[in-house]
Order: sequence, then C-alpha cells, then structure tokens
Amino acid sequence: MATQHSRSAARVMLAPAVFLLLVWMLVPLTMTLYFSFKRYLPLRGGDQGWVGFDNYVRFVTSSAFWPSVQTTLLIVGGVLLITVILGVLLALLLDQPMWGQGIVRILVIAPFFVMPTVSALVWKNMFMDPVNGLFAHLWKFFGLAPIEWLSQASMLSIVLIVSWQWLPFATLILLTAIQSLDSEQLEAAEMDGANPLARFGHIILPHLSQAITIVILIQTIFLLSIFAEIFVTTQGSFGTRTLAYLIFQRVLESQNVGLGSAGGVYAIILANIVALFLMRIVGKNLDA
Amino acid sequence: MGHIVLDNVKKSFGDITVIPPLDLQIEDGEFVVFVGPSGCGKSTLLRLIAGLEDVSSGTIRIDGQDSTAVPPAKRGLAMVFQSYALYPHMTVRKNICFPLRMAKLDKAEQDRRVEQAAAVLNLTEYLDRRPGQLSGGQRQRVAIGRAIVREPAAFLFDEPLSNLDAALRVGMRLEISELHERLKTTMIYVTHDQVEAMTMADKIVVLQAGIIEQVGSPLELYRTPRNRFVAGFIGSPKMNFLEGPEAAKHDARTIGVRPEHITPSPSEGVWKGRVGVSEHLGSDTFFHVHMEGCAEPITVRSGGEVDMHHGDAIYMTPDPGHIHRFDGEGLRIA
Ligand SMILES: Nc1ncnc2c1ncn2[C@@H]1O[C@H](COP(=O)(O)OP(=O)(O)OP(=O)(O)O)[C@@H](O)[C@H]1O
Ligand SMILES: [Mg+2]
Repeated sequence: MATQHSRSAARVMLAPAVFLLLVWMLVPLTMTLYFSFKRYLPLRGGDQGWVGFDNYVRFVTSSAFWPSVQTTLLIVGGVLLITVILGVLLALLLDQPMWGQGIVRILVIAPFFVMPTVSALVWKNMFMDPVNGLFAHLWKFFGLAPIEWLSQASMLSIVLIVSWQWLPFATLILLTAIQSLDSEQLEAAEMDGANPLARFGHIILPHLSQAITIVILIQTIFLLSIFAEIFVTTQGSFGTRTLAYLIFQRVLESQNVGLGSAGGVYAIILANIVALFLMRIVGKNLDA
Repeated sequence: MGHIVLDNVKKSFGDITVIPPLDLQIEDGEFVVFVGPSGCGKSTLLRLIAGLEDVSSGTIRIDGQDSTAVPPAKRGLAMVFQSYALYPHMTVRKNICFPLRMAKLDKAEQDRRVEQAAAVLNLTEYLDRRPGQLSGGQRQRVAIGRAIVREPAAFLFDEPLSNLDAALRVGMRLEISELHERLKTTMIYVTHDQVEAMTMADKIVVLQAGIIEQVGSPLELYRTPRNRFVAGFIGSPKMNFLEGPEAAKHDARTIGVRPEHITPSPSEGVWKGRVGVSEHLGSDTFFHVHMEGCAEPITVRSGGEVDMHHGDAIYMTPDPGHIHRFDGEGLRIA
C-alpha cells in the first residue's frame, strides 16, 4: 500500500466495515448512556424523566457494589492463574511426541466447543451435586462427607467451571507458541549445561511470554462478563455476584433499567481500568 | 585436552541406517573438517559426538573416557549451530554468560570471561544489544563467544558460515582459523563447501552416505585421492574424468586430470577440442572444452588472459605427473 492512490482506495474499501463496527458499538453505548440518566421502570410507570446522576450514585452506594467488583476481579484472577499455569503445563505435555497425539489434542480442545450454559449444568448436576455428583461419590469412597460445592465453596466451584472452559483456549495458543520455538535453541541450552528446569525457565518461558500475554488479555475481556455459569449454578448467591450479574439483577429482577444502565457504565470503566493495568504489566511483551 | 575417538559408531533412525559402523580418531588440538554432499550424515555425526543424538551402537571416547552415555553438558564440548541458536530475549552479554551461569561460576569470574571473549571477538560495543539488533556476522561471533567462554575440550561447528554472504564468509573463515591458532583447542567443523575444508583443516574427513571415503590433510586429499568420489569432491573447479580409449592408454578404467594440470595451446597438444564457455576471472581463465568422445566438457585452466574464444579449436596437454588413474570400482591405482 505504497502509493497515494492505493492508500485512498484502501480507505474507501475499509469504510463500510468501519462504519458497521462503529454503529455496532455506538448504538448500544449511546442507549446505555441515555438510559443511565433516566428513571426508567418498565413495569412500574415506564419512563419517568431525567434524574441526572441519581442512578450512578445509587448504584455505587448500594451495599452490593463493592463486593461484586471484588468477586469479578477474584474470578478473573483465579481463572487466569489456573488457565495460564495449567495451559503451559498441558502445552508442554502435548508438545511431546506420543501415541495418539491427534486424538488427544482434539480431546483437549473439546471443552471450548461446549456452550457455557451446558457445561455449567453438567458440572453442577454431574460433578458437584452433593448427593449424586461424581465428586460426592469420590468423597464418600474415601469416607468423607461430601462437600456442597455450590454453597460451601461457591467461588472455587465457579472458578473451576470457567477455568475448565477456558483451559483449551490457553493450551491451544501456548501449544502453537511452544511449537514455534527453534529446537536448536533448546539444544544449545542443553549443551550450555542447562537442566530441564533451567531450560524451561530461561528459554521456554521467555519464548512463551508473548503468547501468555495474548491469552491473558483475550481471556480477561471475556471473563469480565461471564454470566451463564453464574446464572445456571448459584444465581449470584453465596458471594458469587459479579458486576455483570448485579447489573442483570437490577435490570431484570428489579426492573430498573436506569440503574442497570448506570451499572453498565461502571462495568465499562472497570474493564478499562483492568485493561490499563494489564497493558502496563504485560503489554510490553507484545513489543518484542 | 580434546582427544576424541569414535569406535564402531553406528546411527540409525528407525530402519534407515544413516551412519554405518565407523571409526575415527581426532587428535588433541586438531582442526578437523567433515565434508561431504548434502544429506551424507555430517550433522548427524557431529550431533552424535555432541551427545544430542544417541548412538545406535559403538562407543565414543573423549580424552580416554567412555562418553557414550554421558549427557551433552557433561562432555565438555561446545557447539556452534548453523542457525546460531542465540537466545533472542537475552542481551549479548547474557547470551555469552549463559553457560557460565549454568555452571554457577562466581560473578567476578563470569564477568572476566565474558569481557575477555568479547574483546577477542570484537563484540565489546555490542554487549548490551539483543541478537535481533545484530548483523549475521556479529551473531555468528556471539555464538562463538558463547562457545569459547566455557573453555571446552573441543568446539563443534555445524556449517557456521552458510548463512553469511560470500565476503563475510571469507572473513569469518580467517577469524575461526585464527581463533584455532590462538586457542589450540580441538575443533570439528562441518561444511559442504570444499573450499572451507581445504583452507581451514588440518585434517579433512570426506563422507559419503555416512561412510568415510578418506581421511587426510588437505594436500594429501588433493594429491592422492583414494577414489573417484574424493577426487571429484576435493579441488575447485572439479577434476576432469576421461574414460574409454584415453583411459586405456594409461591402463585404467578412468583417468582424472585437474584443470590446473592441463596446458592449453592454440596450435599443438595431445587432445584436441573446441572451446565452449570460457570464464574469465582475471588471474585465471577457465575454458570448458568440448572433446570428441567425451560427454562432459573438459575444464582447463589457463593463467592470465588468453586470446581464445567460443568455437575456436584448442589443443590440450595433460601434465603426465598429475594424471590420476582409477580402476573399475573407482579406486585409485597407485
Ligand atoms: N531425526 C531424523 N530422523 C530420520 N532421519 C534423519 C533424521 N535426522 C537426519 N536424518 C537423515 O539422515 C541423513 C543425514 O542427515 P544429516 O543432517 O546428518 O545430513 P548432512 O550431511 O548434515 O546434510 P546437510 O549438508 O544438508 O546439512 C539424511 O538423509 C536425513 O534425512
Ligand atoms: Mg547438516
């Protein structure tokens, strides 16, 4: 795209896509902003006029706000931690030549294709059910009292379910990154006297840093807004109410669109703060 | 020290035997070059010595010790890879220092050795750069630097110059030879470029399909190639081979004469032909001569500038003292 002509042609050709994206993003955003300044209760009088920042103040001062932010960050952090660590280990494992490699790889990727609602239901009913769940049977087999996962260890349960869904994604990205590592580098390190652990720490992990960054950034975007897993399992009780879930409750359970919209704007702000921090911490890996 | 003995070493990948049982002895301080066509097993042989591949059978002794099962790091050998295999996320200093860090040398000693290696290789200004910010020749030197700081018993080079341009290659060739003069450490050098082999080696090992065809000094191989393969491989341009009646005159199946041992003349000589392509290099001129009864054109060297052109008749006289004779199996007839 060197010449003036080809550049302007490129702009013209890009225009429809850019326009579509803009509309796609701007319409919902404007509507959210619009409603957030209104008192709008669909079943109790409908649109009742402008209220200024009332909704914003009410949303933050509600006792549920800060815990929900905390819950959101905990879930995001927990899932990131589990998926990145296990993802690296699984990728290392899958990179080894072994029998039935193709099938094993497909099996590892499979959870990613299961819809969140379905996987949450499967976990809830087949694994974590305190009476019939597999975990309950396992616990009983060892003579222990079964855990009521979703109420006693609600956060852990949700983090586990979501991690299970996102692990394939992390593994896949990290596996391709590992496969792109020049094997001569590892051999050179071996000749240089690096044991397997040192080779991992000094060669493989730095090589993976870029891929890990990408995994973290992409997963964060999606994890900030997880919903189905909570809706299907705890319905936001037992301290699992995330910001997204709180907004859902305000809009649909309390039928307060204005308040929910204000929450939506806070969610945008939270996402941006998180993104800013992440870019600060890991973003420099993307330059290399 | 760096005395390496291969005893009956064999290597197979599955059913394919890449290196049939082979014996080789490398003396301490020697510059040994493995040379041969692509795919003949040079890299494999080097990697066997390095310990990066396991031998299928046979033993490798380094300084008298059986090292066949010793892991690569413990063999005291350093390797320079064709792709350099520098660690991209580390600075040049850290790259060179890496083996010392792994050996847990104390910090002052690490710094001393890195500085020293950098000085030897003219890398001092680049110590704080990353490999990505260096030219090919500089990267090559970093790779060599990483090898020399370890003070290994022997250096292993796998085609270290093949990624460099022609001018730089000549320069690095000299630098490596000089390094060998200075360090007096055993070096094993793999290449498929016979010029590199001739100019650098104390001892050349010519390989073909995993078999050692001949071992000897560059001049030995040049003067008395053991068979047709070595004769054709060593020397540039290639030796000319003649069969049929010309060979029969010398009681051989094939005779070989090097281009530099044939005197061309416009008027008289033993063989007569017609000039095809001529290559003028300034100092030398090479004529490709088409001769009756010969499928391949014969290459003839003539010193300086000679006034002969495409299509001219040319007469050639081989130097009788430099005619190589080979029998039906391609072996040299003494
Ligand atoms: N891991 C492997 N598995 C199977 N065959 C291999 C393996 N590595 C090498 N070979 C085979 O062994 C033979 C020798 O390979 P090698 O790399 O030693 O050749 P080389 O002499 O170094 O060639 P080049 O000059 O092209 O580098 C080749 O025919 C190659 O196909
Ligand atoms: Mg090779």
